[in-house]
Amino acid sequence: MSERVDVSRTRIGDPFVLKIEELSGQNLLACYQCGKCSAGCPAVSEMDILPNQIIRYAQLGLTDELIRSKSIWVCASCLTCNARCPKGINIAEVIEALRQIQLRRRNDHIDIGKVKDPEMEELPPIALISSFRKFTS
Amino acid sequence: MEVAYYPGCTLKANARNFEDSALFACEKLDIEIKELSRWNCCGTVFSLSTDDLIHHMAPVRNLIRVEENGSNRVMTLCAMCYNTLKRANERVKADPESLEKLNRVMYKEEVDYQGNVEVVHMLELLRDEIEFTNLASKVIKPLNNLKVACYYGCMLVRPEGIGFDDIENPSVLEDLIHVLEGQPVDFPFKTECCGAYQTVDKPDIIAERTDQIINSARNRGAEVMVMACPLCAFNLDHRQKITRQVYSGFRGMPVLYFSQLLALALGCGTETLKFDLHYFNPEPILKEKGLI
Ligand code: SF4
Ligand code: SF4
Repeated sequence: MSERVDVSRTRIGDPFVLKIEELSGQNLLACYQCGKCSAGCPAVSEMDILPNQIIRYAQLGLTDELIRSKSIWVCASCLTCNARCPKGINIAEVIEALRQIQLRRRNDHIDIGKVKDPEMEELPPIALISSFRKFTS
Repeated sequence: MEVAYYPGCTLKANARNFEDSALFACEKLDIEIKELSRWNCCGTVFSLSTDDLIHHMAPVRNLIRVEENGSNRVMTLCAMCYNTLKRANERVKADPESLEKLNRVMYKEEVDYQGNVEVVHMLELLRDEIEFTNLASKVIKPLNNLKVACYYGCMLVRPEGIGFDDIENPSVLEDLIHVLEGQPVDFPFKTECCGAYQTVDKPDIIAERTDQIINSARNRGAEVMVMACPLCAFNLDHRQKITRQVYSGFRGMPVLYFSQLLALALGCGTETLKFDLHYFNPEPILKEKGLI
């Protein structure tokens, strides 16, 4: 990103950031940006902001960027990032917190009624239920 | 050995091949399976946010059923049920206050959940209690060096403390295949995520992973792949259809539940193995190997 980022004490102490910390139970400032989480993440090719960047953006209070990010919806909660983080940060929980913030504002990621996959009937219950649990409020 | 059993939704529908073969194997190994008299969907995924207690109610309610059935442990087959039930169990055990809250919400239940249940996966039982060396003597039809890629995915191994094997390099499936006289094939994607629930609205993601995971196993010489999760099986088997459309060179591979190969080795017939539920038909390679 070549954009200039305005970082200030107010942004870092933003209630949105505190909410992420509360919902995820993670200390965002523990991250030292080693990048291991992104190195192991199988979904990075689909992401606009990588897992380590998600943590950095959250540290900096870049709330709009996080909320608009495509990444939070392509993460499959596989927990590889958590397993690899040398600082013991649960990145997947941070991403879940971001999804939850959106879902709790009734911003569902998928509309059950509009899932028109011709294979809808073939999808096993485990696929439908997990998708609805992750992507709808 | 008697053990309470939680099947989960998909094992009663798309993954009957998983359940039927596992039940056959258990019978042959003198594991007496007692399916819970009542159960509900576990929710499939463990809620990762700190305050989301309501989503732990479904798994915890199933643990009440286990206690009602007079058991202190419950076996699962599905990796996602295993993970969700076990994590919810550990969560409420570690936090009595949230357990009390949940019990209060479920006031219509005749008993409260006491936190005395242990959640185990069938593979754990086989490895730790039946023990693979004892299993060897029950093999009627050895797998004739069938080359098997063992795929774990996520929920059998992560997170640390919930998975029952090494988090980066698990081996329980390879050890099992070895005892059945198959030939485990190592490949670098055995704990790589298949894309899971992304399959509903972003099947293209699954096609990419399926291409990568299946090709990697093929390149190492694998003839079939085994797993323990009906969502992985749907993605890596049934999604081979779209994978083929997107990646022209994709040739695919039969995908089986570990229990199907186990049952086969213990003398199970094809009607119980239910190959009609597969997308890539495993019968030709199994015939070639003289196994069916
Ligand atoms: S692995 Fe952990 S410490 Fe490293 S960048 Fe990711 S979150 Fe930060
Ligand atoms: S949990 Fe999400 S962010 Fe973490 S490695 Fe898996 S897909 Fe990537």
